[in-house]
Amino acid sequence: MLQSRALEIWVGLFVAIGLVALFFLAMTVSNLSDLDTDEGYRIIARFENSGSLKVRSPVSIAGVRIGRVRKIWFDEDKYQAVVEMNIESQYNKLPIDTSASILTAGLLGEQYVGLKSGGADEYLKDGEEIELTQSAIVLEEVIGRFLFSKAEGAGDEGKKKQE
Amino acid sequence: MLGAFQRLGRAALDMLRKLGRANLFLLHVVTGLPTILKRFRLLIAQMYSVGVLSVLIVAVSGLFVGMVLSLQGYYVLSGFGAEQTLGVMVAASLVRELGPVVTALLFSGRAGSALTAEIGLMKATEQLSGMEMMAVDPLKRIIAPRFFAGLLSMPLLASLFSMVGVMGGYFVGVGLLGVDDGAFWSQMQAKIDLREDILNGVIKSWVFGVIVTWIAVFEGYDTVPTSEGVSRSTTRSVVYSALAVLGWDFVLTALMFGED
Repeated sequence: MLQSRALEIWVGLFVAIGLVALFFLAMTVSNLSDLDTDEGYRIIARFENSGSLKVRSPVSIAGVRIGRVRKIWFDEDKYQAVVEMNIESQYNKLPIDTSASILTAGLLGEQYVGLKSGGADEYLKDGEEIELTQSAIVLEEVIGRFLFSKAEGAGDEGKKKQE
Repeated sequence: MLGAFQRLGRAALDMLRKLGRANLFLLHVVTGLPTILKRFRLLIAQMYSVGVLSVLIVAVSGLFVGMVLSLQGYYVLSGFGAEQTLGVMVAASLVRELGPVVTALLFSGRAGSALTAEIGLMKATEQLSGMEMMAVDPLKRIIAPRFFAGLLSMPLLASLFSMVGVMGGYFVGVGLLGVDDGAFWSQMQAKIDLREDILNGVIKSWVFGVIVTWIAVFEGYDTVPTSEGVSRSTTRSVVYSALAVLGWDFVLTALMFGED
């Protein structure tokens, strides 16, 4: 058995290393820095289709992340998806005619809300709504439409040949 | 025919009895908490033998697990041109699963078996009975400090494992395979959530700490007091710990990460 002083030092070192490891994981591995999702102000936007947008998906403008999606729900009266976003309070100069669209990061990446600023002099305030929105592009629908138009074209050509 | 049923019934009853003993034992040990707070030295001494002495094996294993994860992950991800997400893959699998589970398995082999053998031998040489004769409760004096030391050490060891693993993954991914340095960390930070991933990983490792240490000290305390009995208890301690950890890992993963 070690002397009790040395032993205590070793245990102290062990606990310190463990805590440093935990701190390292919290600070550099995880997203601790932007955890404060309740700070800032909220705006909402209505979309015909919210695609695979999720809570905590990023909200960005000009490629810079300025907030996160806070809540997504379905409006039963208008049959639309309502997306509530939390915008960091330092970005409080979004014009009221800002438009929102649901975009995909890369071909297979996750979806996010992309904002495009307008030119109005008034700014969006807490709880206000973005009027100009563009829904998520659902890949199946696009492919479906493409195939359909192709088939239609082919069908027309076929008819012409028969005649 | 009836004999077979009798044997089955006896086995079931024996198992139930053992489970009951184990639970009463745990209850008794947990009530030893005030004793430990009064005699903090006991806990420190056990933290040394259970925790400090396990640091090396945990750190080295973590390093190699992280390095291998990075190597294999790169192989698969580069097929999709998605090497950038290597950091996410390494960190998520370490923090969520491999950190707690592998650490618990190593911990049961390194510390759990030692606990079982030590306590079993104390029982075989009648040291525990001797303590009772002196009106010292061995559950509070011997078992409780070991139990709580294991409980406190496991989350620390698992965090260490994950940290060293991420470092190893970084070394192989960025240093040897040429993944972009910034993308490795930024993708990781974008995807790994403090509450969802890291906190759940810590909770997991804590639960595993309870399970492994509980099994280890109980098998030691419940041993047949012969040299053969101690040897069997030590084996059982490691085997049961491994099975219990893997089984509970499934349950905990389903509870924590199963919803989305």
